[in-house]
Amino acid sequence: MLREAPAIAWPSRDGSRVPFEVFTRADVFAREQEAIFRGPVWNYVALEAEIPQPNDFKTSFVGDTPIIVSRAEDGSLHALLNRCAHRGATVQRQASGNARQHRCVYHQWCYNSRGDLVGVPYRRGVPGMGGYAADFDPKDHGLTRLRVASHKGVIFATFSPDTVPLEEYLDTPLLAAIDRLFSRPIKVMGHMRQRVRGNWKLYSENTRDPYHAALLHGFHATFGLYRTNQKRTGGTDKARAHSTGVTYGDDWRQATRSGNIGQDKFVANYSLADPSLLEGRPDFNDGVTVQITSIFPCLVVQQIMNTLATRHIRPKTADEFELYWTYFGYADDDEQMTTSRLKQANLVGPAGLISMEDSEAIELIQRAIVRDGKENSFLEFGGLQADLDKDRGGEATIRAYWRYYAGLMGLAPAGGET
Amino acid sequence: MSGQASQAYDTIRALEYRYARLLDDDRLEEWPKLFTDRGVYQVIPRENLGRQPALPIMYCDGRGMMEDRVRSLREANIYNLHYSRHVVSNIEILSARNDSFEVAACYTVYQTDLEGQTRLFSVGQYRDVIAEDGGELRFREKIAVCDTFNIPNLLAIPL
Repeated sequence: MLREAPAIAWPSRDGSRVPFEVFTRADVFAREQEAIFRGPVWNYVALEAEIPQPNDFKTSFVGDTPIIVSRAEDGSLHALLNRCAHRGATVQRQASGNARQHRCVYHQWCYNSRGDLVGVPYRRGVPGMGGYAADFDPKDHGLTRLRVASHKGVIFATFSPDTVPLEEYLDTPLLAAIDRLFSRPIKVMGHMRQRVRGNWKLYSENTRDPYHAALLHGFHATFGLYRTNQKRTGGTDKARAHSTGVTYGDDWRQATRSGNIGQDKFVANYSLADPSLLEGRPDFNDGVTVQITSIFPCLVVQQIMNTLATRHIRPKTADEFELYWTYFGYADDDEQMTTSRLKQANLVGPAGLISMEDSEAIELIQRAIVRDGKENSFLEFGGLQADLDKDRGGEATIRAYWRYYAGLMGLAPAGGET
Repeated sequence: MSGQASQAYDTIRALEYRYARLLDDDRLEEWPKLFTDRGVYQVIPRENLGRQPALPIMYCDGRGMMEDRVRSLREANIYNLHYSRHVVSNIEILSARNDSFEVAACYTVYQTDLEGQTRLFSVGQYRDVIAEDGGELRFREKIAVCDTFNIPNLLAIPL
């Protein structure tokens, strides 16, 4: 049973105005955990390559709820609430590992990789100590299971029995975006984490916002890696929850020589003292240098040159989230490619030459909207009539995100427009 | 400690302190000069040490990449406005070879914002290889392993 929707004055139906209080209110955050993260959505939780062997596990989150993602002996994938069915303690305390059993330290209740309760100390009692009644059935006391689905090794989980099948949820353009990056066996190289003092939805907006890329991220423009006149395409699902976009750069190493001096931050003939930072060889033959794929509610998949990563948005409170990056390459990478990926890791993550600005922009917003929650942000770049299937440069994808969000949250707009 | 060893220790400590001071005084352009020409600087989250090679979040392979990092910070990047304070302690020479020292040290970095509020930003360990280069000791390798691998906001100024 969902708690009642918080009273939020949503001024319009078109998503072009977003009341600041959705970024700050604890009751909105609590409602999101129920209506969104435990609602009819697929939450990204891990990559199969992180748990390749039987009994491998990794702890993760669905919204702010801790879970265990595990692989059983038969290879099947499981997502389990990381909370003992006995007294509620965290069961698995490690970030990842291999374990036949997950044992709660408090009273040693023991679960297998499917979440079945397989061991209860003193179940039949010992002299001087109780035990459980004859009708105690371990089957009734397993870890809570989530539904799990994996597409090309990207694992999603859902609490809701009503969530549509994963392929339907993602829809064609998003499936194609995942397929592009995950059709070859991958190799996880490591993780990056940053703790951002801002609301998680500000990051969802950020990754659906091509408008800011050349303006906020100086490195792109300074080194000619991204220009607003580069060819861009993208797509979305029928429900308009997700967004994927790619940028073509005929050859990013040619960019400084191909003109476009008009842009403010672009400096002709600017060069790196050590160009090896950007030397790599394309992973694909399609000319795409950047792919940013945002899957509602908590996943971003990226390719920026040779950097490949998933970014897991892990909300903590209304004004804080963790951004958890899983950085990967391909299983058949040679030494040279591995070196390129390690060097290009400089571009992304918390110290990323082209990504460090995002969390700063988010913190700048969170600090300034501490009051005046009924006032709104303004999202009309590209015009309200923009065709989402054709115009990928404006704020139409962010407006679509907010419409989808408001629908799931049951936030009725007070204003009249469509 | 013999007189010679004690002298080496003093010189190494002076290098570590100078490293901290240059960063804290915003003399970023001088930072690469504390490394040998082909010196390596890496910031590695502690949780990544289990994999080889360990994934860094900052990786400069040679002075050129350090200069590019500094230039990017000066000209391109937007980051939180702050003062940083590096405190280096527990400096220990782990081994002395013909031409280099393997050194471990602890670092603590505080950040102070423009309102004068200070918070602990990062703690961790330096794993250094220090060698003589042109009559001075320089870093041939400096790896900052972050205990604080959940980076508050972002990492701009090197650790």
